Amino acid sequence: MATPPGGSGNWSYGPVQDHGDGSANPYAYPSPPYRQPYAPQGPGPSPYDQPPAPRIQPVQPQRRTPEPAPAGASNNPLVRPYAMTGGRTRPRYQLAIEALVHTTAQPHQMQGQLPEHQRICHLCREIKSVAEISALLTIPLGVARILVADLAEAGLVAIHQPGGDENAGGQPDVTLLERVLSGLRKL
Amino acid sequence: MVAGGFGVGKTTFVGAVSEINPLRTEAVMTSASAGIDDLTHTGDKTTTTVAMDFGRITLDQDLILYLFGTPGQDRFWFMWDDLVRGAIGAVVLVDTRRLADCFPAVDYFENSGLPFVIALNGFDGQQPYSPDEVREALQIGPDTPIITTDARHRADAKSTLITLVEHALMARLR
Repeated sequence: MATPPGGSGNWSYGPVQDHGDGSANPYAYPSPPYRQPYAPQGPGPSPYDQPPAPRIQPVQPQRRTPEPAPAGASNNPLVRPYAMTGGRTRPRYQLAIEALVHTTAQPHQMQGQLPEHQRICHLCREIKSVAEISALLTIPLGVARILVADLAEAGLVAIHQPGGDENAGGQPDVTLLERVLSGLRKL
Repeated sequence: MVAGGFGVGKTTFVGAVSEINPLRTEAVMTSASAGIDDLTHTGDKTTTTVAMDFGRITLDQDLILYLFGTPGQDRFWFMWDDLVRGAIGAVVLVDTRRLADCFPAVDYFENSGLPFVIALNGFDGQQPYSPDEVREALQIGPDTPIITTDARHRADAKSTLITLVEHALMARLR
């Protein structure tokens, strides 16, 4: 898979819920009972650049309630993975596993974010794929997708979705293939 | 994508060309979603974890190639479906001593239409069967390249990838 970063704003997000016949759902993650552990937020300061997100319900950024969290709780394997996501099992965007993530956030913007969000931003000072975020932070892929989508919605990371020819089922176009070939030969 | 049966050398192959040590990402799934159980039996679905190793190659300042080794268990199709979209193609690694192990991968890529090449991974440097014999045994059409490789060696892995991308390019131009 090849992902050209800095693509010309390829926000080619498909609808999240609509999987057509439902039989080919590639994101059939387990669904823990949905709970709402967060207090609803009023319209907070949100000067965020919202990406064009067709057919996606905006959700207010959720913040941790001031419950006592022991230090290093995010590394605690006893915490169920989807607790980090507030029980959500689907991201708002259909993020490719090889989509590239790069943080655009200033340190002061990270204050008050979830620890997992902060760790992702810290990691993505250098460009990383969703797969690398999952692997390096040892969080399941589905959880990483949700957390990255949260950050994108909050304007804290930029996402470069892989290009691809929509007419060919998202397969890379000829120009990209030629660049990959030439790159491989130069290795 | 790098596919093939269990223990055929997928992660070795990825590691041979990757600029990073292969990383492992995990997805939590239910057995119901693996196409084993009928979805009506969601009451007793169990969760399991499927792991996937991958590497990366920076080809240019703004071009990164990711190599994903498909989960060893062929029944985790949902991970494959996830990977196929946006993929250039697949290397199906084959251990000719256990030829049948590659059948599911070959079937999968033939059905999905993703360009693929078959790479015979020579264990102990041995290639007991020629590509032609394997083509005959697997009933692979003449368009699909079958090559020999050594998953441990960077030059071999690189050359396999070049064959794959050339094949993918030809398939697109055809």
